[in-house]
Amino acid sequence: MIGFEAVTFTYPGAPAPTLRDIDLEIADGELFLVVGATGQGKTTMLRAVNGLVPHFTGGELRGRVRVDTLTTTSPPREFAAVVGAVGQNPANGFVTDRVEDELAYVMENLGIPAATMRRRVEDTLDLLGITGLRGRSLATLSSGEAQRVAIGSVLTAGPRTLVLDEPTSALDPAAAEDVLAILLRLVDDLGLTVLIAEHRLERVAQYATGAARLDADGRLCFGAAAEILAGSELAPPVVRLGRALGWKPTPVSVREARQRAGDLRERLAGSNPPAPSAPSPGAEVLRLGGVTLRYGTREVLRSVDLRVHEGEIVALMGRNGSGKSTLLATIAGMRPAAAGSVSVLGADPQRADAAERIRRVALVPSDPGWLLYERTVAAECATADREHSLTPGTTRALLDRIAPGVAGDHHPRDLSEGQRLAVALAVVCAPGPPLVLLDEPTRGLDLPAKTRLVATLSELAAAGHAVICATHDVELVAELAHRAVVLADREIVADGAARDVVCHSPVFAPQIAKVLAPLPWLTVDEVLEATA
Amino acid sequence: MTGRLLHPFAWWAWAGALGYAALRTTNILLLGLIIAVSWVVVAARRPDTPWASGYSTFLRLGAFVVILRVLLEIAFGQRLPGTVLFVTPQVTLPTWVAGTSIGGPVTIAALVGAVAAGLQLAALLACVGAANSLTSPARVLRALPTPFYEVGLVVTVGLSFAPLATVGARRVREARRLRGRPDRGLASVRGVAVPVLEGALDQALALAASMDSRGYGRRGSLGVGRRRSAAAATVTAVVLTGAGAYALFGGSAALAPIALLLAALAFGISVVIVRTGAPRTRYRPDPWLAAEWITAIIAAVAAAAFTVAARLDPFGLNPPLVPARIPPLPALATGAVLLSVLPAVLTPAPPPEDSA
Repeated sequence: MIGFEAVTFTYPGAPAPTLRDIDLEIADGELFLVVGATGQGKTTMLRAVNGLVPHFTGGELRGRVRVDTLTTTSPPREFAAVVGAVGQNPANGFVTDRVEDELAYVMENLGIPAATMRRRVEDTLDLLGITGLRGRSLATLSSGEAQRVAIGSVLTAGPRTLVLDEPTSALDPAAAEDVLAILLRLVDDLGLTVLIAEHRLERVAQYATGAARLDADGRLCFGAAAEILAGSELAPPVVRLGRALGWKPTPVSVREARQRAGDLRERLAGSNPPAPSAPSPGAEVLRLGGVTLRYGTREVLRSVDLRVHEGEIVALMGRNGSGKSTLLATIAGMRPAAAGSVSVLGADPQRADAAERIRRVALVPSDPGWLLYERTVAAECATADREHSLTPGTTRALLDRIAPGVAGDHHPRDLSEGQRLAVALAVVCAPGPPLVLLDEPTRGLDLPAKTRLVATLSELAAAGHAVICATHDVELVAELAHRAVVLADREIVADGAARDVVCHSPVFAPQIAKVLAPLPWLTVDEVLEATA
Repeated sequence: MTGRLLHPFAWWAWAGALGYAALRTTNILLLGLIIAVSWVVVAARRPDTPWASGYSTFLRLGAFVVILRVLLEIAFGQRLPGTVLFVTPQVTLPTWVAGTSIGGPVTIAALVGAVAAGLQLAALLACVGAANSLTSPARVLRALPTPFYEVGLVVTVGLSFAPLATVGARRVREARRLRGRPDRGLASVRGVAVPVLEGALDQALALAASMDSRGYGRRGSLGVGRRRSAAAATVTAVVLTGAGAYALFGGSAALAPIALLLAALAFGISVVIVRTGAPRTRYRPDPWLAAEWITAIIAAVAAAAFTVAARLDPFGLNPPLVPARIPPLPALATGAVLLSVLPAVLTPAPPPEDSA
């Protein structure tokens, strides 16, 4: 269905090719997964399928990419009826204003008769379970809804192939399940070929019929999903567990691992997971008393109470749109609470002057690049030192502890996601604020970068900082958090030790907890330590 | 669902007529009236969507232009006779820069002239801003025919740029506050402008990529030769339209109809060529009903009335600065501007936002 024939691609001005000698044949009806560290060409490879690379990006493409009868000599617009391509942030790709018009857009361009268009719009609304969204303005959709509409907007053309770049990365666990269910249905029932790139492998790996891994030199190796993942440092927790315990074949889904884990559960039944590593509660850093928040005219949180102490790492969870980001912005003093009191170390950050506020609380927004303005990393560090009146070199030293080896002369935009997050974190943490807030820090991070982030935040907490992390990433919560707070329907519905909160939740439980249920184990490392 | 959005071309015609009026006059009262009319219509018929919030940005930009124009006048302006308001320190310049002066007496006439010139630009900005917030860029693009692929793409990127930048600016300013930096004032301009422009451009490019992936501007079974002739016809049409607009606003108005007619012809040829190879269909097209006709006719009548008024009463539309006095309100021109407020009540209300 999709064929790469000796494909080598180099971006204009790049010293080395991003894709090198790729030969790959993806058969009809596969759900094919592309894995690789960030910045290693997953997006480039996906965009080559419908000709966006090289027609839209420039650069030199050697070899041939073939879909059905079309090859990359055709521009992307000629692929519209053959390949449905959904980009990383679907909201950026919306052309019209309403859901219905968006679904019809591609058919208008293909010149499909109006009667057929109406029928296909109805079919697609039903197929994706979004009939309720028909007349909605695209600007009001949640991220999960937007992702489904984006898939619908390419499906109406009737393509046999779908290409999706990180379809679940920005979604909460439940919305991600919805999107994956749709993709499975398209593959299983309708026989479409689906090509996906994704960082959240624990969500998609189990459904993949084939996988390919892009390596740092631009080469590709491919095979069955289990094989490819077993050989990768990016593997999701069940694969790592199976690999460490020598299970053959390596399990990819929770079900497979659970079938193999009977012995393991028996061995672990007697022992307890390591005592919660939560520090003895230090001084109180944050206190929310009856806080009510509004976003526009909509009430997002009502009368919320929360206390956070020194040395604690709190995971803030909940659906997209449940008010996590708004709450963080309020704690950081960026927006006023509609009612109630916010107090960081006894003072309301909203009222404090700028210099005082940033000495108390730091917030890294969901796109850390927003915090960075200078032309180089070195200038960024120097500016932070000067603004906070620190000894020159303090920020750079902190950055080297968080992520060693970030070149000082790089532009912040040219860094990898992980490095950019590290720079942003160093810049706001340099003055040593007792409270550090992070909004969705793992979006776009591959596993090694995530591991480094966990280490960094744990160190911060050990040094007495309180950390609050809004996240959808249940594996991050399992690795990192002492405490989990779940927001739903404008309230805090759960607040307790992370292990208790996530272990028995069908939505928030990490993979290891599902494999070992009802035992309360969360991470591969815990299990391996106990069985060693 | 009650209410509907007016066809985007109707709003652009309306805004175009108002903008044309603004270009033909330097009468402060008329210019103020034009801005007021655009404000009333926008307030009445602006839909509740993100791109609709750009109007106030255009107004602020207009105010900035007026202030800048006045400051420049005080510093470098011509020394018109009349009542002297105040005197700024004068710099004597060498004779080879004759005609330019720095400082000196500032008269009422000079100030009024500066305000009028600034206000003219501000009124034009208000008209563009009004059209921008009354119609969504997406709907304009849908209404554009296929041969205008490249042009349409540029238009989309351009039209969606301002709203994206507005949203982006809010985000970047918040991020600056997170680092304890000033988010207002001159010091912040570089820090805010660069990331906002970059971000908005990235998003606009993502939009263009998505449109391209979904078959926008497809040439289908069209052969190379016919594709080239369609492209040539399109380019000719664009160039002729530009020339026509320049002639219309720039002075030699007699040439304008010829240029615009030729442009329409070239455009028609390219539409026909492309239609045969890559037909394009419409899903529930924006209808052109009575309200659209009314708006378009009002626009045409207002523009025509203004042209006539400019002929009959040149001093009413462009009152002399010396001696300085309150300008008259010429009846025909005032009527034409006031007529343009009617779409605020004669068009259907925009549909309420259903966010359920």
